Amino acid sequence: MKPDRTERRHADAGGPPAVDPMGFFDPGPPRFGSITDVNERLAGAGYLADEGMSSVVYLADRLVKPVLVEGPAGTGKTELAKSVARITGSRLVRLQCYEGLDESKALYEWNYSKQLLRIQAEQVLEENRGWEEIEEDIFGEGFLLARPLLEAIRSVEPVVLLVDEVDRVELETEALLLEVLSEYQVSIPELGTIRATSLPMVFLTSNNTRELSEALKRRCLYLHLDYPSIERERAIVLARVPGISHELADQVARIVRSLRSMELKKHPSVSETLDWARTLVLLGVDSIDAEQAGATLNILLKYRSDIERASKELAGTAGPDRS
Amino acid sequence: MLEVLSGFVGELRAAGLPVSLAESIDAADAIRHVPLEDREALKYTLAATLVKSSTHWRAFETAFEVYFSMRGDEFSIEGTAQNLSPLELQELRQSGRGAMSSGGLPAGGAGGEALSAEELAEMIFRAMRSGGDAELTAAARYAVARYAGMEAGRPVGGTYYLYRTLRNLDLERLAERLVEAAREDAPSGRFTTLEARMAAEEAQARIDRLRAEIESEIRRRLVADRGAEALARSLRKPLPEDIEFMHATKEELAALRRTVQPLARKLAVRLARKRRHGRRGPLDFRATMRRSLSTGGVPVYPRYRFPRPAKPELVVIADISGSVAAFARFTLHLVHAISTQFSKVRSFVFVDGIDEVTGFFEGSEDVAEAIANVNTRADVIWVDGHSDYGHALKVFMERWGEEVSSRSSVLILGDARNNYHASEAWVLKELRSRARHLHWLNPEPSAYWDSGDSIVGEYALYCDSVVECRTLRQLERFVADLA
Ligand SMILES: Nc1ncnc2c1ncn2[C@@H]1O[C@H](COP(=O)(O)OP(=O)(O)O)[C@@H](O)[C@H]1O
Ligand SMILES: [Mg+2]
Repeated sequence: MKPDRTERRHADAGGPPAVDPMGFFDPGPPRFGSITDVNERLAGAGYLADEGMSSVVYLADRLVKPVLVEGPAGTGKTELAKSVARITGSRLVRLQCYEGLDESKALYEWNYSKQLLRIQAEQVLEENRGWEEIEEDIFGEGFLLARPLLEAIRSVEPVVLLVDEVDRVELETEALLLEVLSEYQVSIPELGTIRATSLPMVFLTSNNTRELSEALKRRCLYLHLDYPSIERERAIVLARVPGISHELADQVARIVRSLRSMELKKHPSVSETLDWARTLVLLGVDSIDAEQAGATLNILLKYRSDIERASKELAGTAGPDRS
Repeated sequence: MLEVLSGFVGELRAAGLPVSLAESIDAADAIRHVPLEDREALKYTLAATLVKSSTHWRAFETAFEVYFSMRGDEFSIEGTAQNLSPLELQELRQSGRGAMSSGGLPAGGAGGEALSAEELAEMIFRAMRSGGDAELTAAARYAVARYAGMEAGRPVGGTYYLYRTLRNLDLERLAERLVEAAREDAPSGRFTTLEARMAAEEAQARIDRLRAEIESEIRRRLVADRGAEALARSLRKPLPEDIEFMHATKEELAALRRTVQPLARKLAVRLARKRRHGRRGPLDFRATMRRSLSTGGVPVYPRYRFPRPAKPELVVIADISGSVAAFARFTLHLVHAISTQFSKVRSFVFVDGIDEVTGFFEGSEDVAEAIANVNTRADVIWVDGHSDYGHALKVFMERWGEEVSSRSSVLILGDARNNYHASEAWVLKELRSRARHLHWLNPEPSAYWDSGDSIVGEYALYCDSVVECRTLRQLERFVADLA
């Protein structure tokens, strides 16, 4: 009879499993004292969240639920997960999604070449062990290549798992993700079931290029990240651009808001706001006029036609359009 | 609390949000973790567990405001300034100080009425200028108490009270004053045209906030009068994807415009994937035999040829007259936004004359702009600018009929309300025999088809299908099946 590897694994892992028999997850000790605490600590790490974002992060910890963060590119989705890792002293494990991502890159893979070498070594050394023994050997943890999902699950130190741009994977891979995120465990036929000993915080981000499955959305807390309010954007600029004056940061935020109210093909994102602000500081600008704005708009806007339209409007040669 | 929550979830479902049982349980679980008096936290907690799409946010916000607005005895429809909290009163006193000779608000009593209109205007201006949230809220409540004239049991909608309040506030003048104030604040000579634009936008943003506050205040009072459930029902609006093209208000059309682009993008991704993965070509006999050598000659693993995804060519013929214009615009927008899914898209628009507009889309990276051009530059009027399907179809056949081939799928968009002209349905018969498919999309509810001057039945004889397409949801479904 084969040894029951599930048992063995449990003995190895030690500590109580985080899941009780009913399937409820024990949230463990709270990572945050309150919603305000989340907000303040994020700000301390240079990430400016609003009340909605802080609430969702707080709840994710208390309810042991993944957070699905959706919104346009460059609004701080990835950075949110990184910042949460930083303020909770967790290691960030990142699964970057792409079309064609499969189980072997997301979950785990056996290290075939190493297994082969091991078998060959067996022949050379003429140890004459039975196949069962060899099999048990080469399907042991030493031959396992853990990919991000498994890595996050079996980590003993605290982890924040970031599944970035999940809208890029196929439906089947999404189903696999869902399975792992519902159980916080991974089954490896040759090895047994590996359960998380401490539950990771999980963030999934999506640029919304594809509708995600209802099942995945149901499992997650949902956070829509849009462009920040003018006050928050100003604060982000001040936090992230060394040496910028309050006046300039304020102007930057107001001009960006103005651009976002125009009918453009692509509106500037937060990262573009920051690039622009840094450039202005490097150029030694302390107050922007329409001309300077026009000359540097290519940092904020990507389309020729957008740039033309915006510089005209900022220079006041076209009336503001109210759509 | 749980009772309110279940009423609230019921309202969300009634508004079209797909809230599952599991999610409503999650919500109940989640609110245990936030302090109930923190309304913002409560709002985001409910949103995170119950709303899983950004297009549903508006519907959620409205329902939330109604179900979780501050309730209690101190609230009534005819409430006056007495309803203000001590803090708010303080804010108001400070912001209004300069405006009032007595140096403070009249102590309770008649509330808003005790101030002259000028004094109130001055107070609102100061609140707006300082831009503080609490002051703005207080100003909004004061304005409603004074101007809305709300009465218990009166069967009028919130918009009526909103109108009455705003009419008295002269928001345009208020905006001007805010810009003037910004000009005075600017260091001399530094108020550039750019600054002026920013100041105007800031003024507008604050006025929008005041307006929203006034609307909230009116709703709060209406809740007190009518109860949350009834009010929520009267405020219920269709989700963007369920708005009817033919009856959309200006505001709803704007919401639709914002929805159509992301929708088209998603559709394109989905279709491209379907093309790449989903389809299986015919059996590749030789490859199957070769593969079978490893299984002792038994063809266990059949091999298939690579699929040859023959992309259809699309010919869209759209009525762009009056009431169906919006429908035509959204359909053109959608098919051109996913034009890479077709080998070619050709578009024609008509009223009583017909014109090809394919070129507008080809030269432009911006579909919305192209649509605007279609509306202003296409040559579609022949006699009187009333739809004449018969004439338009006949001309189409004469000028472009030859170019429709067995690779083409033809879509005709319109309500087939022909103003009692000749139908010339033979054109469709002819098109049907040339094209691969011929579909008719009708933005009218099917119950109205063939009533009055609608002759869609006559054309339907020659179509593969006639599809009701009243909403973006229905349109998306049709287009997805087509590509
Ligand atoms: N709230 C925020 N506070 C601080 N920086 C931010 C914030 N949001 C965005 N940023 C900045 O914008 C950049 C882009 O954010 P990122 O998380 O990569 O966007 P996304 O993942 O949404 O595309 C980050 O590098 C960060 O510097
Ligand atoms: Mg990202």
